[in-house]
Amino acid sequence: MIHSLFLINSSGDIFLEKHWKSVVSRSVCDYFFEAQERATEPENVPPVIPTPHHYLISVLRHRIYFVAVIQSEVPPLFVIEFLHRVVDTFQDYFGVCTEAAIKDNVVVVYELLEEMLDNGFPLATESNILKELIKPPTILRTMVNTITGSTNVGEQLPTGQLSVVPWRRTGVKYTNNEAYFDVVEEIDAIIDKSGYGSEQTRSTITAEIQGVIDACVKLTGMPDLTLSFMNPRLLDDVSFHPCVRFKRWEAERILSFIPPDGNFRLLSYHVSSQNLVAIPVYVKHNISFREGSSQGRFDLTLGPKQTMGKSVEAVLVSSQLPRGVLTANLNPSQGTYTFDPVTKMLTWDVGKINPQKLPSLKGTMSLQAGASKPDENPSINIQLKIQQMAISGLKVNRLDMYGEKYKPFKGIKYMTKAGKFQVRT
Amino acid sequence: MSTIALYNDQGGAEAAMEAGQENSSSTGGAAFGLFSSDFKKNEDLKEMLESNKESLKLEAMKRVVGLISKGKNASELFPAVVKNVASKNIELKKLVYVYLVRYAEEQQDLALLSISTFQRALKDPNQFIRGSALRVLSSIRVPIIVPIMMLAIKEAAADLSPYVRKTSAHAIQKLYSLDPEQKEQLIEVIEKLLKDKSTLVAGSVVMAFEEVCPDRIDLIHKNYRKLCNLLVDVEEWGQVVIISMLTRYARTQFTSPWKEGATFDENNDKAFYDSDSEDKRDTTEAKPYTMDPDHRLLLRNTKPLLQSRNTAVVMCVAQLYWHLAPTQEVNIITKSLVRLLRSHREVQYIVLQNIATMSIQRKGIFEPYMKSFYVRSTDATHIKTLKLEILTNLANEANISTILREFQTYVKSQDKAFAAATIQAIGRCATNITDVTDTCLSGLVLLLSNRDETVVAESVVVIKKLLQTQPTQHSEIIKHMAKLFDNITVSMARASILWLMGEYCDRVPKIAPDVLRKMAKTFTAEEDIVKLQTVNLAAKLYLTNSKQTKLLTQYILNLGKYDQSYDIRDRTRFIRQLIVPNEKSGALNKYARRILLAPKPAPVLESSFKDRDRFQLGTLSHSLNTKAAGYQELSDWPAVAPDQSVRNVEVIEPVQEWAPSVGKTKKSGKPKSADKFYSDDEEEKKEEGSESSKDSSSSSSSSSSEESGSESEEESSEESEKTSSDSGKSSSGSEKSSSESESEPKKKKKTKKAPQKKSKPPAAFSDSDENGNGPVAQASSSSAESSSGSETDSEDSDPPATPQKKKKDVKSKPKAEVKSKVEVPLLDLVDFSPAPTNAPPSSVISSSLISDLEGLSLSNITSTMQVTTPSFGPVKTYELLHHMTGKGLSAKYHFPRQPCLYEPSMVAVQVILTNGSDHSLEEIHIGERSPAGLNIHCFNTIERLEPEASVTVSMGIDFSDSTQAAHFQLCTKEDQFSVSIQPAVGELLMPSSMTEQDYSKEQGKLLGMNETSATITMATANTSRLAISKQVLSVCNVGEVPSSQNTVHRFAGRTVSSGALVLVCLELKESSTALLTINTEKSVMASMLLRDLKQPLVQA
Repeated sequence: MIHSLFLINSSGDIFLEKHWKSVVSRSVCDYFFEAQERATEPENVPPVIPTPHHYLISVLRHRIYFVAVIQSEVPPLFVIEFLHRVVDTFQDYFGVCTEAAIKDNVVVVYELLEEMLDNGFPLATESNILKELIKPPTILRTMVNTITGSTNVGEQLPTGQLSVVPWRRTGVKYTNNEAYFDVVEEIDAIIDKSGYGSEQTRSTITAEIQGVIDACVKLTGMPDLTLSFMNPRLLDDVSFHPCVRFKRWEAERILSFIPPDGNFRLLSYHVSSQNLVAIPVYVKHNISFREGSSQGRFDLTLGPKQTMGKSVEAVLVSSQLPRGVLTANLNPSQGTYTFDPVTKMLTWDVGKINPQKLPSLKGTMSLQAGASKPDENPSINIQLKIQQMAISGLKVNRLDMYGEKYKPFKGIKYMTKAGKFQVRT
Repeated sequence: MSTIALYNDQGGAEAAMEAGQENSSSTGGAAFGLFSSDFKKNEDLKEMLESNKESLKLEAMKRVVGLISKGKNASELFPAVVKNVASKNIELKKLVYVYLVRYAEEQQDLALLSISTFQRALKDPNQFIRGSALRVLSSIRVPIIVPIMMLAIKEAAADLSPYVRKTSAHAIQKLYSLDPEQKEQLIEVIEKLLKDKSTLVAGSVVMAFEEVCPDRIDLIHKNYRKLCNLLVDVEEWGQVVIISMLTRYARTQFTSPWKEGATFDENNDKAFYDSDSEDKRDTTEAKPYTMDPDHRLLLRNTKPLLQSRNTAVVMCVAQLYWHLAPTQEVNIITKSLVRLLRSHREVQYIVLQNIATMSIQRKGIFEPYMKSFYVRSTDATHIKTLKLEILTNLANEANISTILREFQTYVKSQDKAFAAATIQAIGRCATNITDVTDTCLSGLVLLLSNRDETVVAESVVVIKKLLQTQPTQHSEIIKHMAKLFDNITVSMARASILWLMGEYCDRVPKIAPDVLRKMAKTFTAEEDIVKLQTVNLAAKLYLTNSKQTKLLTQYILNLGKYDQSYDIRDRTRFIRQLIVPNEKSGALNKYARRILLAPKPAPVLESSFKDRDRFQLGTLSHSLNTKAAGYQELSDWPAVAPDQSVRNVEVIEPVQEWAPSVGKTKKSGKPKSADKFYSDDEEEKKEEGSESSKDSSSSSSSSSSEESGSESEEESSEESEKTSSDSGKSSSGSEKSSSESESEPKKKKKTKKAPQKKSKPPAAFSDSDENGNGPVAQASSSSAESSSGSETDSEDSDPPATPQKKKKDVKSKPKAEVKSKVEVPLLDLVDFSPAPTNAPPSSVISSSLISDLEGLSLSNITSTMQVTTPSFGPVKTYELLHHMTGKGLSAKYHFPRQPCLYEPSMVAVQVILTNGSDHSLEEIHIGERSPAGLNIHCFNTIERLEPEASVTVSMGIDFSDSTQAAHFQLCTKEDQFSVSIQPAVGELLMPSSMTEQDYSKEQGKLLGMNETSATITMATANTSRLAISKQVLSVCNVGEVPSSQNTVHRFAGRTVSSGALVLVCLELKESSTALLTINTEKSVMASMLLRDLKQPLVQA
């Protein structure tokens, strides 16, 4: 399975290596660097690279390449999924997953990697189990440890490892028992050129809603939770955390589970495509270049569309302008914009959309002297947030707890975001 | 305060080490010693480690781990570190473990000091400590402790704690990679652990099974149902491994559900069973196919896993359904696969690749999700191209207009590589869907006026292909392109236009000569590919319109004659001889017109994913489109299902005990009536006491399968274990077809033997014990007879049907036996009868060949093609030292054809040392070597070799790509023997994988002097693809390159030392002649290789 792991930063330095079998020389990464050189963008490095004796499977997260060295046939997704799990674990432990954080905590990183894989095969990847084995570093604990000489490393087999609920540690105790659930939905859409047309179906090329329910559960003991929806039919395709009882869902459309302790993703779902997707904003745009002139016009207006009375916040517009554009001289009615002359990336941080006074960004772009009119118009990517609403209309009906006596504090929050929301111009 | 000082020190230390590292990156530890004098900073680490203070030690170890993590050498601290292995401080201990595992291999002697600590810890009452001790012990790669490891594994496999048992399953793989000799013993442990009922163990032991003995399918039979039922509760990584294994298993054990007229009712399982059992009563004959209930069990139990959060699990279930489910049921996976596209970029990449392969065969299932494959400008380029590929595959008459509209957007993309790919995709749509060909063509013509050069160039190339497939009147387009010609600078596009001019010069009689005139002017400044096409154009025009173009042609040919590129000089010379009549150019001249202006077949524009389906979906091999090391071939369905009763477990507890829904267990048991020996009523009984019913049915003498099962058991108990595996199998196979009268006495024998056996295999007993512990307590009611029955069941490790498959591999078997096999109603046997005739090269084939082939038995079942794929080819053994000259010590060697572990430029050699003398030999090692610079990685000194004992060691030799022999001395304590290893030229290669296109590209670079070829007359037996690749691979270690033509066989390899490409190409001509071509820079090697290759191909 996984032979070795190399961590490579954006400037091409290998700053960490770990081997689970015999040592593989780091020169094997040369093949990776070669592929990296060939790729124009960091994202374009192929995830699977064959070399004469090994195969390199890599993921790119937080501008760090996690390169796994494989020696024989293994499902590539197996490795990719595992690497992402490693990154998630680091993030969970150190708050951020950066080169500095990893270097500062190199011993914990090593201990974690040692526990996560045995001879290249995943051993313990469940966060609850790992945290019993190796306690996350906190300032307080580090200080206590240096004084008392105690360690971060657990001496007993994690209780979860052997139980029927391996994802939950036993003996959990809280004074405040609380369970929070965030229903977060994202709209993926491609809007055609005529993005402001009144007929929604004509202008929307594709739109779908994906959602997740993230939970933060801090409950004493072994609580058994059930969560039901007002309108479970909306959910077309779901994937569960292993704790969810599949049979119960199949039969009754109820989520029944013994939750892990702490943060976890309970459910991700896809909303059935029969339902029309409400597009929360519209974009009026006029981006044009005149033949023979070195000037181009840029005119963009945003407006709320179907938001069910909620306000659209944290709007961020970005657009990759054509390569010929030298500078952009624009005037935003609100918010700020930046234009990176190297990457030609225009970003406009709009903030909140006020329906009375629509935000707009107008001005001119100047092209390189002598450059011809670009063929293509840039597409516009939009990020946004709408609080207290799930755009699909999904509603949690009730949350019940069994198995424990106390009364927990329960909270449910809804949010809608733009996922991959793109407007073609 | 002190810590700050320490950190400062550390900084300095690192700097010094970095300097060391830079100078010695290749040799690592050895060269490091040179710098140790500068490197005083390590001293304080040593002191800290040796101090009495726990905290100082811990601090030091943390720094050491820091060094290791940066890839810096800390091996010289080994003695200081290893002392702390018994520390009470658990964190310190763990860090020492990390260190130990990293460096034990380099410091084997010192590592031994730590072993006793682990041995003690293995007896610790704390399961966690036992587990960790075994983990570290098995991770120390020191060959001397193999026996200790073996013992520890065996003990841990019987541990009460499932955690420790899991650890032992992991240790099996480690030990196996350290010492493959232990395989037999390890398989025993695996067999035992496979019976384990803990979900914790299941994944790990199947992983061990896959690593050590993936071909021992027979070990799975008894555990099949249990694994299926446990699957949902196994941890996610284990699920992936188990599902992959079960996919392979199912393909060997069940019949294909894809046949015409198969019946299933996928929508509700219950209906399936009801209708099924009814059907059986009335129309058993009418239904050609009913799904084996075990097959159904697998499909049913994996389905919920499509909802897993782990993308690898989802993909794995998807491939299982793709390869195993009836056609109607496959579509349930699409939704889940499309869901995965929301995940990370890397996940998308792999999933899209798999969808691309699927969408070629089954457009329909992904069509509803077409919009999910629309490209976003923010996607990475390789994601974009994959989506494009899928959209092209999904295109049909109904949706083509939508897709083309979408493509129009893509063509304008800023990502020019992607725009070019889109143009190709449009070309493919145009050829596949005739309705839109003209629309596409005119669209592409419009693109010719695009400002971007790559877009224009790609359009020209695609238009060229389209015009070729559509040889209707398109002279307008050709004229248009001729006009554009001056503005196009991309050479490929220019060449394409020139070719079009020449090919259709009769359509544009006026323009073509003019284009040629322009070319004559710029000829010298053009690229090679354009020059070649210019020469072509000139020749074609000369033949059709010699009046106008004679002088021009002469001029161009003269220019070409003195060109720098020998390709062009060659071509010019050839063309001149062909078209210009003179006294020397004999008969060919007459045919010049027919040669040059022959109607050319149109190129087929097809998906690059077309032939990917030869690989199992979701695998690394599929992703790379070449066979990855250790890839297990997915066999074809057997024509007749092997005996299904092998999966029956004595007490059918797993179904009862583990089925997630108890309600269904009855149903899953019921369809066992598929083997028609039991009436439905009996079936019910069987659930309660299966033994008795089984026995009664076998005594009714109608069940041949039951019979043969007991017979094979008989055989294997009579013969010694190792040898019986082959002969026992075959005889059981033939006896199966024998008359019933013969079976009578046998049965008596069996009953006689039963009591004896009862006392013999303790394993079988412990097994039934375990079953007894299950919640279903039928076992207790079973009589003595029934328990013997259960024994036969559990003991016959080979189902009666598998032997027939395996037999095919044993090609050295006498023909007579082959004949006896024919009676067995196995249809696919017909495919195999030719196999024994073109047996492997009759030269020295060690016995290992048979075992090698046996290892492939899985893949061997029907897929004849892939058997001989690289690096698993037959192995020839050569003598290194005869025991007469070696005073008792004899040595043989062979090339295992694996990449050398020690250094990539070395060739791996395995030497088998045998002591034939009557006293033990000591200190066997390698002494002086010549030539002096010879780079040999020696094996470790063998301390002692007992009489009659033999040991296999591996070494690496850098032959520097020459066949010059490596001389060295093989020394024992008393004597020295000069020996030499002379490699066959084919062994200096390693397989290289590439696509057909890459191959032709590389071949194009290695022409002229770098090409050696010969025409040979092939022996008729050798003309099949299988035979050819076998013959070629027997000679040289190369990889087969997928070929789209049946008559051309290509192989590619690289020389081990310098990595120079070696391309072997065998092109079959009529009347069993063939052109054998070798392209490589190493011309000496080429001629030697040619000689070596000729021999086996010519001989039968």
